[in-house]
Amino acid sequence: MRKLAATPNGRGSTSTRLASVHVAVIAVLGVLALTSGSALSNTGDRLIDGPDAVLLAPALLAEAGSVDRQEAAVVCPYDVVAADVPDDGGGALLVIWELGDAATTTDGSGEDTAGSTAISSFEILRFAPGEEPVVVGEAPVTDRRYVDDTAEAGVSYQYIVRALSSPNPGGGFTDSIASNSATATAQWFATSRLNSLLVMLFVCGAVMYYIARARTGSELYIRRIPGLEAVDDAVGRATEMGRPVLYVPGIETVSEISTLAALTILGHVAKKVAQHGTPLIVPTADPIVMTTAQEIVKQAYAETGQSDRYDPTSVSYLTYDQFGYTAGVDGIMVRERPEAVFLLGYFAAESLILAETGHEIGAIQISGTKETSQLPFFVAACDYTLIGEELFAASSYLSHEPVMLGSLKGQDFAKFWIVVLIVTAVVVGTVGYVITPDGSSAPARIFDAVKTWFAGG
Amino acid sequence: MKRSIPLAITFLTGLFLVISFFVPHEPFGALEQRLLIWFSIVSGFTMLLGVDNLLRSHARKIGRQNAGWWHSVALLIGFVATVVLGVLGRIHHGSPFHMQSPFMFVYTYTIVPLQGTMFALLAFFIASASYRAFRARNTVATLLLVSAVIVMLGRVPIGAAISEFFPAAQEWIMDVPQLAAKRGIQIGAALGAVSMSLRIILGIERSYLS
Repeated sequence: MRKLAATPNGRGSTSTRLASVHVAVIAVLGVLALTSGSALSNTGDRLIDGPDAVLLAPALLAEAGSVDRQEAAVVCPYDVVAADVPDDGGGALLVIWELGDAATTTDGSGEDTAGSTAISSFEILRFAPGEEPVVVGEAPVTDRRYVDDTAEAGVSYQYIVRALSSPNPGGGFTDSIASNSATATAQWFATSRLNSLLVMLFVCGAVMYYIARARTGSELYIRRIPGLEAVDDAVGRATEMGRPVLYVPGIETVSEISTLAALTILGHVAKKVAQHGTPLIVPTADPIVMTTAQEIVKQAYAETGQSDRYDPTSVSYLTYDQFGYTAGVDGIMVRERPEAVFLLGYFAAESLILAETGHEIGAIQISGTKETSQLPFFVAACDYTLIGEELFAASSYLSHEPVMLGSLKGQDFAKFWIVVLIVTAVVVGTVGYVITPDGSSAPARIFDAVKTWFAGG
Repeated sequence: MKRSIPLAITFLTGLFLVISFFVPHEPFGALEQRLLIWFSIVSGFTMLLGVDNLLRSHARKIGRQNAGWWHSVALLIGFVATVVLGVLGRIHHGSPFHMQSPFMFVYTYTIVPLQGTMFALLAFFIASASYRAFRARNTVATLLLVSAVIVMLGRVPIGAAISEFFPAAQEWIMDVPQLAAKRGIQIGAALGAVSMSLRIILGIERSYLS
C-alpha cells in the first residue's frame, strides 16, 4: 500500500518551509496525537480511510499561529475506485470516491450544516508503479468522480483523492488510500451506441429497400407538398412582374445539413430562373456556401443552354456576421424589390426580420428550416413553409426521379414504425403505471426497459 | 471524372465518419476531430475568396456608377479603415484585440451597437407578425389566439395576479401540446436528415456538386 499520510503541512511544502522549528514540532506532535486517537483509522502505516476519518492537524497549526488558515477538520475521501472509461479510444480513466456524511455540503461552499467540516475541493493524484504521485487534476467539492483523460493507454495507474480544506496554499488536506490499479484501453465498439446502430440500420435499411424498389420501376405514392408545388409559381410570377428572385440559403456553412438541402433546391430554382430569363440574387454568409452556390447556378444555366445569360455577380458574399448579413439581405430586398423570396436553410434570430421585410415588400415567400424555434416565425410571415423533413425532401420531390423518391418512401416507412413504437410504449407504460403506480407490474417494467434502452442505457 | 472523384471522396468520408461514431479505437476514434481541423483550415482559406468577391462586386458597382454606388464607397472605406486599425492595434498594443486598440474601439462602439440595433428591430417585427397570426379568421387561428393569450399572461406576474389558472395553463400548453408537436417535427427532421445524408453518401443526391 502506498504512503498516504495525513500531512499537516498544507498544500505542498511552502508553508512548512516558512514555519518555525517550534511550530513544526507542534505539528508533528499534533499528528502523532491524532494517529494515536480514534479519529483516524490507523493501520500501522498512517493510512486514512472510512467515512468518519478527519484531520485536525491544520487546526493545531492555526492555533500555533504558524500559518494563515482557517480552523478546519477535513473529512477523508474513501472507497476510491479507478476504472477504464468505457467506449473510448483509450487514454482515459474514471476515478470515483465517497466522502463521509459530515462533509456533505448543502450550498456548495464545502461547509456542512454543522459547520465543523470545510472542504474546498479535491485534488486527484496519480502514480504508476515506481513513481511518485503527481497531481493530474482537480474536482469541485460537489463532485465524487473525475475523468483523467491524460492517462497513457496500456499503463497501469493508481489514484489518490486529496481533500483540501482551503483553496489557498497553507490549507490542510487529507489523502485517501490508493485506489486499485487500472489501465486505459481502447474499445473496438462503443456498446453504449448499440441502440443508435440498430436504429440506423433499420432506417437505412428501409431507405435502401425502397430505393431498390424504385429502381425496379415500382410506382411510389408521395404526398403533395404545397410549399414545393409553389416554387414554379413563384419563379413564374417574378418573371411576369419583371422582378428578380432572391434566394437566401441561411447563415450556416455547408457542414450544416440544412444548408446542403438549401443548395440542392437552389439548383432547381436556378434552372427555372435560367429558363425564364429572370434575374437571380443569392447573398451568402459563408465563403464555402458562396463558392458552391456559384457553381450550382453556373451549372444550372449551362444545363438549360443559357450559359451566356449567367451573371457571375448573382451569387455574392456579404458577411459572416449574423446581423450584418441580415442588414445586407434586408437592404437588397428593399432596393431590388424581388417578387419571389426563398428563405431556405439554417436560420436563427434573423428569420423573422428577413421574413417580415419580405412580407412588407409584397414578395411571395417560400421558407423552410428544421429549427423548431424559427418555424413559427416563418409560418406567420411567409406564404409557404417547408417544415422540418419537407426541407430535406425537397430535392427528391422536385427532381421526380424514382430513386430519389424511393428514399422518401423509405424515410416515411421508418417514421411510421417509430410512431407505432411510440404509441405502443405510451399505451403499455400508461397501463403499467395505472395497474401499479410503483412501476412493479410487467408492462411498467417493459416500458421502463424500452425507455432506458433508447435513452442510452 | 469531374464527378467521380468528389463522389468517391464523399462516400469514403461519410463511411469513415459513420464508423468512427461506433468504433472509438484508433485510427477511427479521432477521425471526426481531425476532419474538423481540416475543415477549419479549408474554410479559413475560403474566407479570402469571400473577401475577394465582396471587394470586386462593390468596386464594380462604383466603376459602373450603379444606383446607390456611394453605399459601396462607404463599405470599401469601412473595410480598409478596419484593416488599418487592426494593423495599428497590432503595432501599438501587440494585438488588434487588445482592449485599448483602435480596432476594439471600432468593434465596441460601432459594430456591437449596429448588431444591437438590428436585433432590436425584431421586437417590432414580432408585433406586426403576431398581429397577423393572431387574427381570429377561422377556428384554427382562434385556437392559436386563445393559446397565445394564455401563454403570454401565464408568463408574466399580472397573469398570476388575475388568476392562478394562467400560469398552470401556460405550463400545460408548453409542456404537452407544444412539446409534442415540437418533438414530432424534430423526429421527422432527424429522419429526413438521415435519409438525405444517405442519399449524399451513396451518390444518389448530386445536385450540390453542380
